[in-house]
This record gives sequence, C-alpha cells and structure tokens, in this order.
Amino acid sequence: MIQLNINGKPCQVDVAPDTPLLWVLRDTLHLTGTKYACGVALCGACTVHVDGVPTRACVIPVSSVAGRQVITIEAVDQQRIGQAVQDAWRKLDVVQCGYCQSGQIMSAVALLAANRQPTDADIDETMAGNLCRCATYQRIRAAIHEAARALA
Amino acid sequence: MTGIGIANLSRRRFLRGSAGLTLGFVLPAAGAAAVRAGGGPPAAATFAPNAFLRIGTDNTVTVLSKHLEMGQGTYTGLATLLAEELDADWQTVRVEGAPADARRYNNLFWGDAQGTGGSTAMANSWEQMRKAGATGRAMLVSAAAREWQVAAAEIVVRESVVSHPPSRRRATFGQLARAAAAEQVPARVFLKDPSNFRLIGKRANRLDSVDKTSGKAQFTQDVFLPGMLVAVVAHPPRFGATVKSFDVARARAVKGVVDVVQIPQGVAVLAIDTWSAKKGRDLLTVVWDESNACKLGSAEILARYRELARTPGQVARRTGDAEAAFARAARVVRASYDVPYLAHAAMEPMNCVIRLSADGCEVWNGEQMQTGDQHALARFFGLRPEQVRIHTLYAGGSFGRRASKDSDYVLEAAAIVRAIDGRAPVKLVWLREDDMRAGYYRPLFHHSLAAAIDADGQLTGWRHRLVGQSILIGSPFEKAMVRNGIDAVSVEGAANLPYAVPNLTVDLHTPTDIGVPVLWWRSVGSSHTALSSEAFLDQVAAAVGKDPVALRLELLAGHPRHAGVLKLAAEKAGWGTPLQPGMAGERRGRGVAVHESFHSYVAEVAEVTVARDGGVRVDRIVAAVDCGIAINPDNIRAQVEGGVGFALSAVLHGEVTLKEGQVEQDNFGNYPLLRINEMPLVEVYIVPSAAPPTGIGEPGVPPLAPAVVNAILAATGKALTRLPLRTAELAA
Ligand code: FES
Ligand code: FES
Repeated sequence: MIQLNINGKPCQVDVAPDTPLLWVLRDTLHLTGTKYACGVALCGACTVHVDGVPTRACVIPVSSVAGRQVITIEAVDQQRIGQAVQDAWRKLDVVQCGYCQSGQIMSAVALLAANRQPTDADIDETMAGNLCRCATYQRIRAAIHEAARALA
Repeated sequence: MTGIGIANLSRRRFLRGSAGLTLGFVLPAAGAAAVRAGGGPPAAATFAPNAFLRIGTDNTVTVLSKHLEMGQGTYTGLATLLAEELDADWQTVRVEGAPADARRYNNLFWGDAQGTGGSTAMANSWEQMRKAGATGRAMLVSAAAREWQVAAAEIVVRESVVSHPPSRRRATFGQLARAAAAEQVPARVFLKDPSNFRLIGKRANRLDSVDKTSGKAQFTQDVFLPGMLVAVVAHPPRFGATVKSFDVARARAVKGVVDVVQIPQGVAVLAIDTWSAKKGRDLLTVVWDESNACKLGSAEILARYRELARTPGQVARRTGDAEAAFARAARVVRASYDVPYLAHAAMEPMNCVIRLSADGCEVWNGEQMQTGDQHALARFFGLRPEQVRIHTLYAGGSFGRRASKDSDYVLEAAAIVRAIDGRAPVKLVWLREDDMRAGYYRPLFHHSLAAAIDADGQLTGWRHRLVGQSILIGSPFEKAMVRNGIDAVSVEGAANLPYAVPNLTVDLHTPTDIGVPVLWWRSVGSSHTALSSEAFLDQVAAAVGKDPVALRLELLAGHPRHAGVLKLAAEKAGWGTPLQPGMAGERRGRGVAVHESFHSYVAEVAEVTVARDGGVRVDRIVAAVDCGIAINPDNIRAQVEGGVGFALSAVLHGEVTLKEGQVEQDNFGNYPLLRINEMPLVEVYIVPSAAPPTGIGEPGVPPLAPAVVNAILAATGKALTRLPLRTAELAA
C-alpha cells in the first residue's frame, strides 16, 4: 500500500511501486484529465504538480510521491492562478482537440506561480516542454499574458 | 423574417424522435457523464423534432453531431448552424456525438456513408443543420400559437424565448418543449436571410472549451468499463511480418497480466491496467516470420522513384502540346522535389474500446469513419451493421489517421476481443512507439518539374511528373476515386494547377510494390503538390525576372478567388516593402504561395530569418483565406494558425525513414514536433464571401511549405528541393 495525497485528499493504492504516477492517476484512481502521449517526458501531456513543482507523471514512480502533495488538472481551479488560467483559456478559445491542454494548463499555472509577468521569451522557454500537435501555441502565449493581466 | 423557402425533401429523415433516438450514455465505472460539449447533466429529451436536435424542459438545447470533433471545431460549427435557425440562446446549447447510423447521419457528400474528412463537415451540413433548427423553431412557434390562440406570424423568437408582443405573452423553449413535441413536423421550413444572422459570422465561443480545460472531456483513452482489460500489443518490426512463435512465460509472470493472445496483427498482452500490459508486452519474446516483409529502406525507395521519373507516367492532365512547347522553348527551367513519409502523430495515440454482448457489439472510439468501421466490424464478428453500436468520443487529434481506410486499429481491437471469446471488454492502447511505427504514413513522393519559357520570357509549357504510392488503390474507395489508374488524391493540387499555361502535362507513376501502408495526412495530396508547384513557380519567376506575386496574378486571370486571397495576403504582409534587417550574419526574406484545396483558397506570405549556420526561424505568416461564408471567423483563424504550425512541423522536422524495412523513429525524440518557441506569429485575414461555406480544417496547411521555401530562396538564393529542410544546405 502506498499513501498518496491527491488533490488535497489522502488515499492508498495497491500497485507496484515502480508504476509511474500517470497510470496510477488514470487507471487506478480514474482521474483521467492527466494524459498519456509519449511516456518518456518528451511532451508534457501528463504534467501534474508535486509539491507545487510541475512534474511529468509518466516518468515519476508512484512510490516517490508518497506523502507529497499532488495536484492534477481536476483540482487546478481550487487555486486563484489555476482559475485565471482556465478563464483565459476559455476566453481566447485556446483548445482544439484538447488532448494536450491539461498539461499545458498545469505548466502555465506553474509558470505564473513563479513569474507573474512572463515575457514571450519566458513563455517560450517554460512551455517548450509541452507539445501541441494542433499547434495552438499562439493562443497559449496570448492566454498566459491574459491570465497574467487578470492576476495583476 | 425574409427567407428562402426550402422544401423539406428529407422529411423521412426528420423523423419525430424519441429519447431512444439518441444514445446518451453513461460510463458506469468512471461515473462519467454523456459526451457533451457544453457541460451540465444530460437533459431529458422532451422535444426531439429530428435526428439532430433535442430540447429539454430545463431549456437545454442538445445538438447531435454526425461528425467527429477532433479539434477542428465541428461541434461548435454544427451547433452554430442549428442554433442560428432555432434562435437559441448560445449559453444553453450542448453537443453530443451522434450514434453510428448511415441512414440518418450520412455525410451528404459521401452518399450513404457516415464519416468526417476532406474538410466537408460544414459544407455538407450547411443546409441540413439549418433546416433542423428551423424545423424545431417552426414547431415551437406553432405550439405557442395554438396555446395562446394567436397568429403564428405575430410570434417572435429570440435567445430561446418565444413571445407574442401584442399580447405580451412569452415562454421559454423549455416551457414549450412538451407542447411542441405534439406539433406536426412541417413539410417546408424557411431559412433566414444572411442579413439576419446572429450567430453565423460572429464569434460563438467553442462549446468544448470548458470540458477541455478542466480535464473532463472524454477521449477513448479515458473509457473504463466494468471488468475491462487493457491490451498492449507486440507488433512486427517490419510491415508484412507475422508471428512465427512466441514465449509468454515472463509476460505472464507480471502482476496484473491476465492473458496473452495471438492475433493477426501480433501478440496482445491483456492486463487489468495499462502499465501491467505494457510491462508484459515488453517482456514477450516473439519470433517473427519476415519472409513476406517489406525490407526496403526509404533511401532505396527514393532512388527507385527518381529512376521511374525518367520515363513518362500515366497522364493525369494534358492541355495543349507540352512536347512542342519544350521543343520550341528558348529556355527550360527544371527542378525536382522530394518529400518523406510523415506520421500523423496525433497527441492521443490510436486506441479503441470494444465490448461484445449477446446481441452485438459496442464500440467507443474517436470515430471518424462510422459506416466503414461499422461494416468492417459487422463482417468480422458476423453481425448485422446495426448490431454494431458506436459511441463517438472526442479524438485527441487525427489529421487523417483515425479515418482509417481499412479500419486497421479498430479491427486489431476486435481481433483481441475475439481471441478472448468476448469474455471482457477490451481497451486496445497503442503506446507512442506503436503509433509511430504502425505506418499509414503520408506517402513519400518524388516530383520532377520542367517549365518551357519562350524568347519573350513567357511561360509556354509546364511538365509535372509525380512518383508515389497510391492511398486509394486497394481500398474501398478505389472504385469511386481511381480512374484509369490515376489516384485522384495523388495528383490533386497538381493536375488542377490554376495557372494559365497553354501547354501542360501532369503525369504519375504509382509504384505498387513498396509495402509501406500509406494514408491521407492533413490536406492529403496538396500536402506535397502545393510545395512542388508553388516552389517551382518561384524558380520560374526568378528565371524570367518577375516578382512572384506579379507573375502569379498574371497567370491567374480566370481564377478570381485565388487572385483575391493572393492580393489580400500580399497587401497585409507589406509585400514589396523592405523587411527589417536581421542581426549581423542573419539573412531575411519573404515568400508567398497560394493554393486551393477542398474548395477553399488560401494564400500565405512567410517571413523568415536564416542564421549564419543555416538555422531557419519563421518569424511571421500572413494568411488570407476564402472559404465562402465564414460561419465562425475565430475558428477559421484558429484552424489556419494550427494548420500553419502543423505544416511548419513537417518543414522543419518531419520525416519517417526506413532502414531495411524498419521504421527508424519511435517517439518525439527522433520524430520531433514543432514546439512553442518555433511557432511564428500568424495573422489570418478572411475574404468576405456569400458563397456556400467550404472547409478550413486542412486548407491552411498546403501553402505553408512553399511560402517558407520561397522565403528561404529570397533570403539566401538557395532553392530547397527536399523536406524537411537541412540546415547544412543553408549555412552561409
Ligand atoms: S506523456 Fe509524460 S511527457 Fe509525454
Ligand atoms: S489541442 Fe490538440 S494537441 Fe494540443
């Protein structure tokens, strides 16, 4: 049994300790907002926050997050920054297929938590780890600026 | 309301519905709600005047989409059409994927097949969805007129409220839903004059935004059914190889693994979760029979194509006498272009859930070809097509991949279900590596072009020879779309070259012995024909000393829509004005291309910076679009922005290569995709139009590659002839 804290709630899971957090979230806990797309930390679709740090859930063994605070897309609206980012995403209609967008939002929230006034260069640097095959990048940039304005 | 009367010819299709028409479904294990766009719980279908519309007593307007939402905005677009004529309050509109039913939900451009592709969703639904909305509106109005004992003509409908101003009576759609359900379905409905549109042509925000920003949107990957097993498959290392023998001992020992079965596609490991299935799959030992496998390398394939291009192919178009024009020419310009195999690489790898039951089978899929897959599964399981129930979920991208011409991954899931005698529902999960190596690529193509120029510098002859595999030959579409051996989608964009060249020949070689599965990839033939024809035209312009825009306009006399977008893009991009110089050692340039695909016209101007080391940065793309009436201008902009990024990914990085038949790429490390730091600023301008709407999911793609290649030519004097670009070729 591994003790976890997901979205502010404690829970226990009975899985092999080397199972990546991603598959525990998805297949064990049915928190399906966190997505699989590469499995090797190359795309960011699986991004969650572990103690506030954006983390690729596809490569981090579940045993290593025992006792730490994990936040997924499902609870990102419980923080002010998360709400502002979601609102900006909706206002500008960033999404297309949507499959990458949980990860994009988790990365954007972490960016804004660390840097309230990111420049385009800051955004490009931080968000370059999140692939979007629909190439919604221009709107992602604009929505991060929009959220930054709303939070100012 | 002024309007155009349209006889409701398809009255039989407008069956008075019941809730049973429309399968809102609940996934019991996950407790997830019906697939929907607008949020909120599914409403009772009190009023269902036709197959596309339900109105609940809670005022919710539910639109059933016969087309797949894979990012292109179809759910929002179809709902816009219906809500416009219904005069619904946009905030109350939700969308659900329609069930597979070719009788009610066929693509009107595809005869009796339901499916999404070829940028046809809006175009084929333009009248159908508006009529569906107008029918609902008419029945709500007659219900109100009957209840209030007033003349229907005096009734006004606005934002889901029906009112009778003289008597100040009003009722919401929800309040009238029950009464409306008892009304006669009208034989004729009136559609609005475009001047009265309130949603069409305006900004209607995406109906899937909320679910897709909160992790609630349901993709196939997210389906969990009671007792469901996850299958991960060991696929052959080469196309055409089969299983000779396999050893399951180590795989079976993995905790969570339930079964290992052989299927025609390989060996499937079934487990209670994805990770266990993957672990088991990775521990399988499989010996493959490769006696019939494809062992070609992509370099060899290309060499063969170059050889073939020396001889004439089958003629796809002949105008005038190109031979004579070349014989008389003062000068001949020649170039060839090579484009590689490309993977679709949708962010959601292919997957499919199938459950067998006593009376049929149920499928959950980001379903792009409902009718094709329904029939394929019916044949496979020995069922009638209507016994195959398909739930169409959101697709995490497709770009053509989910429109499988032979139901490949769906039949793989079916084979696994059958191998375990249907005793559990199965979710087939392709990992990224499976998806990348599975083939069904955009075909590798070689193009060879020549232009004849006479003594006056006029373009008098054009010869375009293409060599590449056919997508359609051997598929169910062969009959309809292959004529005299010419696959229409191999030469689209080349055989219909719009330029006024008096003598022109386009011919094609279609090798059939290559063995690499190929498929449509966003914009299909135009993904390579626009490059070859538009990049070559700039070489011709350079040879005759003409400005690329001026030369195109000269040759586009009979094509006002091409000329219209070209002029608009050139003007907005400041064509002809000097570019800001780059930093020391940087070379900058502008390039243009114009292309029609799927009856939409797009011109793009690219501004690029080429560094000393040959690195290319695309700074800005100015696009002008004519896709008829702009149903949702913001979505048109979004699709062109996305199309530019998708196409640029191929220009900078995209290439699948084979070595002795083995695909060399497997994940985003060796098949890189465009990242945010490489995304140019994209500006999109829309030509106002009263023409019926045409597609926009694909047409933004084709002009990008030639516009960039032409900009690089302007910046460096170097004419690129193969993609993806190699920076070494561009070093100063
Ligand atoms: S799935 Fe984790 S980074 Fe791609
Ligand atoms: S929205 Fe489709 S991958 Fe990003």
